Amino acid sequence: MAASLVGVLAVVRNVSVKRTVRSKCLISSSHVCTRRLGASACRNAKAQVKRSLSQELVGVVGLEIHAQIHASTKLFSGSQVRFSSPPNSLVSFFDASLPGTLPVLNRRCVEAAVMTGLALNCTINKKSLFDRKHYFYADLPAGYQITQQRLPVAVDGRLSYGVLVDGSQNHVLERSVRIKQIQLEQDSGKSLRDGHRSQTLIDLNRAGIGLMELVMEPDMCCGEEAAAAVRELQLILQALGTCQGNMSEGQLRVDANVSVHRPGEPLGVRTEVKNINSARFLARAIDYELQRQMAVVESGGTVVNETRAFDFKSGQTIPMRDKEGLQDYRFMPEPNLPPLLLYDQQTAPMDADPTQVILIDQIQEQLPELPRVTRERLVKTYGILPEHSFTLVNEDDLVDYFVSVVQRTKAEPRKVIGWVLKDLLGQLKQRCLSTAQSPISPLALAELLDLLEAGRISSPAAKLVFQELWKGTGRSAEQIVEQQDLGVMRDHGEIERICQSVIDSHPEEVRAIRGGNRNVLNKLMGRVMKQTKGRADPLLVRTLLEEKTS
Amino acid sequence: MLYPPFRDVHRHGNDCDVVMNEHHSAPPAGKPKGPLDGIPFSVKDNFCTESMETTCASRMLKGYRPPYTATVVQKLLDQGAVLIGKTNLDEFAMGSGSTDGVFGPVQNPWSYSVQYRERAGADAGWTIAGGSSGGSAVAVAAQTSFFALGSDTGGSTRNPGALCGVVALKPTYGLLSRHGLIPLVNSMDVPGILTRSASDAATVLGVLQGLDKKDSTTIPPPATPTHLPEEIDVRKIRIGIPREYHAPGLSAETLSQWTRVADLFEREGASVEPVSLPHTQHSIVCYHVLCTAEVASNMARFDGLEYGHRSALEDSTEALYAATRHEAFNDVVRRRILAGNFFLLKRNYELYFMKAQKVRRLIAQDFARVFHGGVDVLLTPTTLTDAAPYRQFIQEDNRTRSTQEDVFTQPANMAGLPAVTVPTALSSRGLPIGLQLIGPALHDTRLLALAAWLQKRLCFPRLELAGTWAEPGDVGVAPGLQGALQGHT
Repeated sequence: MAASLVGVLAVVRNVSVKRTVRSKCLISSSHVCTRRLGASACRNAKAQVKRSLSQELVGVVGLEIHAQIHASTKLFSGSQVRFSSPPNSLVSFFDASLPGTLPVLNRRCVEAAVMTGLALNCTINKKSLFDRKHYFYADLPAGYQITQQRLPVAVDGRLSYGVLVDGSQNHVLERSVRIKQIQLEQDSGKSLRDGHRSQTLIDLNRAGIGLMELVMEPDMCCGEEAAAAVRELQLILQALGTCQGNMSEGQLRVDANVSVHRPGEPLGVRTEVKNINSARFLARAIDYELQRQMAVVESGGTVVNETRAFDFKSGQTIPMRDKEGLQDYRFMPEPNLPPLLLYDQQTAPMDADPTQVILIDQIQEQLPELPRVTRERLVKTYGILPEHSFTLVNEDDLVDYFVSVVQRTKAEPRKVIGWVLKDLLGQLKQRCLSTAQSPISPLALAELLDLLEAGRISSPAAKLVFQELWKGTGRSAEQIVEQQDLGVMRDHGEIERICQSVIDSHPEEVRAIRGGNRNVLNKLMGRVMKQTKGRADPLLVRTLLEEKTS
Repeated sequence: MLYPPFRDVHRHGNDCDVVMNEHHSAPPAGKPKGPLDGIPFSVKDNFCTESMETTCASRMLKGYRPPYTATVVQKLLDQGAVLIGKTNLDEFAMGSGSTDGVFGPVQNPWSYSVQYRERAGADAGWTIAGGSSGGSAVAVAAQTSFFALGSDTGGSTRNPGALCGVVALKPTYGLLSRHGLIPLVNSMDVPGILTRSASDAATVLGVLQGLDKKDSTTIPPPATPTHLPEEIDVRKIRIGIPREYHAPGLSAETLSQWTRVADLFEREGASVEPVSLPHTQHSIVCYHVLCTAEVASNMARFDGLEYGHRSALEDSTEALYAATRHEAFNDVVRRRILAGNFFLLKRNYELYFMKAQKVRRLIAQDFARVFHGGVDVLLTPTTLTDAAPYRQFIQEDNRTRSTQEDVFTQPANMAGLPAVTVPTALSSRGLPIGLQLIGPALHDTRLLALAAWLQKRLCFPRLELAGTWAEPGDVGVAPGLQGALQGHT
């Protein structure tokens, strides 16, 4: 820990006011990204920065996240929820705001919000209310959005997440962010601008899909932290099944509230950065905005409260055309929806229709294992490093893959993890494949590791077998070893003969060894291993060489 | 169509034919589909009817044919009841005279009655039908329909019911589905039932009430049957006379009918006692705030994009919205939208909307306290006076008129209570006067039983129509009366 702190601190110290540094941060092994960090970048450095650079500006980042609820129908109507269907093919009368239609709350959406709230340690409000938020926009057919402004379904939660710091060793820094609230609300439709015919085209397929809006307090200080928090949230939502969490399909949308200030002083004026539609750009957009604001403040200017969009092409945030200045949303209670009441098994009304009652404690009991617990279990059960557990959990299906290999092989989990993360995941990433698309099944890898474990092949040979397996020819590790003659040489006499011939052809080296330079022995080892195509037992070779050169 | 003289019914000739033909082409085999099989009815034109024009008497929805039918209308059609037409109203049900719709004003059939002609004189102008469900009340009063559906937000069913001399029930909030009723104020709207007799209203109520999964505010109906008993014993009944309903502007004639009926109850052994509903005086102001706020919200959807009128001005989306809404809403609607948006502004919300909601709760508590104290039903006037002549009525603007006309009716909407108006007597001008009964929530059927009891004893006269009829298309005035009307201007 200390080493990495110093590392980060050094980076920060070297930066004078406007400087930015290229710093390698490991969010997950799949996202080894190089990003520009603001002078104030990380909290772990902040306290120490404060002492030496008391006038240093630091970033403050809060997030508003819209998570599309994974449900088969919309929040208040029976329309199907599907991605990339023909425009306006999933629109009920209610979604199109036909007069006289009324909202009917989707039970599944409420359960998803409660489950998400519980997983994020929120207090679930046993009574919550729906409100109308008014604004005129072409993709908002009713002229208002139904949301939960006054009394949301869940409040006061906390999301714990880890930031991986790439130093001389990998370290996981524990962080947490407060969740202010989770509210249920409707998604809007989509406006498509047809500049050619100067028309705006409206697609209402998305209109009315259930959203959970999660408001995270400004407890983060840089893009990297925000990205790590979002990634952890994504994993939790996916584990719960309450949101598929795919950012590029808009299932998870992140707006960031960004400001800068000097520690001890009031928070600065914030801007809202919108349009961050990929995990890749999240940290970059926030860090760009932090630097922009720092530059403004340091040059004596003031930050304007505005909404800015992230342009991924230029990597910049640019002011958005404001919706006619100051918006007054004219909130009012939604009169067509009675208060949303939730119960416990104890408090549920006796005579109520069970289909109309949602029990909080029952949902609590049904919560699946959360990513944090999965990681702890992996570390405890298999003795792997915490950062390895992060990588496993971050990749879809990789935990199952790993466990499945472990169960089928005699090799130690600590050896298996190396093969899974370095060899398998490395190959998958290189080829942009998911775990499910791996040409090597857990069983095939387990067989390979068993051969290695039983001493039937050497490590270098195992790598060759792995390469062969990757080709997906359907041959097992055993068959590959057989056909390519990669098995460990069992003929003691043959190995001894090769050792002798190497010694005979390297008199200089033998002399050096006998003169006391033991390191030269490795050179001879290398020769022998080369001649045996790595099939000889290295220990045996070393023993033989030592005997013959002593 | 059955009855030509009034502009109460928009004649969707073809649509009606379709409905009727459907009915006739599939006659029930021996057994009626329900108690209303074959019974003709009309529906206020703010209930959606599939592929049949539904306009809310607004240019905004001219030519709009909804793709679905309102739950209450569908229930009637499923029973085999025959929809003969959609009835006229104030634009989007905003009004109390049925004078402010795009199709022009609704005339009260009593204007053409022998009784009115004889008592008010030959030069008396035609009178308004009341509103906003004026067309529905007229359809029942003039016997073009056996019953009709109205909507009641602040009195819109009871007011024209009283002025046209019919029974008009505003059911308990949530007892009837609002799905397909184009809203005015969601938290107060209820479908209303207009009939000539209280027992008919009970029959219709029995068909219409019940949970609707398309309307989350519907409540389970009481288990008691809706058909009325032959006779009830009023001796165990306690009638409350709210002091605060002695309002300024209450006509002497209406007051005397109120007294007469209270005396009648007392004579028959009921206990009649004065009660107090102290917050009533604030009700109409709060109603105005809550009503306009919801109107502003509900009207936001009419932007010309998905349905309804769309302006030709397409410079930008915003310009299109503004032009569309300006062209297609009348002044009344636009003023209410403006007021409502003002009340909902962040800086005003607490001051107006929140305060009005608080007072609304106090009003509901007033009623609850009185009923909790043992009073079974409240007896009040329905309107201040009998129907005003059209020329006189339009001297004041819609807002002023609504404030006057809704004064006795809107508290029941604020509290969600059932209320029914019963035709009581004719005024000295020969126009109907109605009285209102207000009961505790879900006591709709008891209320109707009492209304039926009253009807039996009041012997309200039949409408006797006289003379010739105006041709549809002109101002809608009986030819003999035109000169007199001009004299009014």
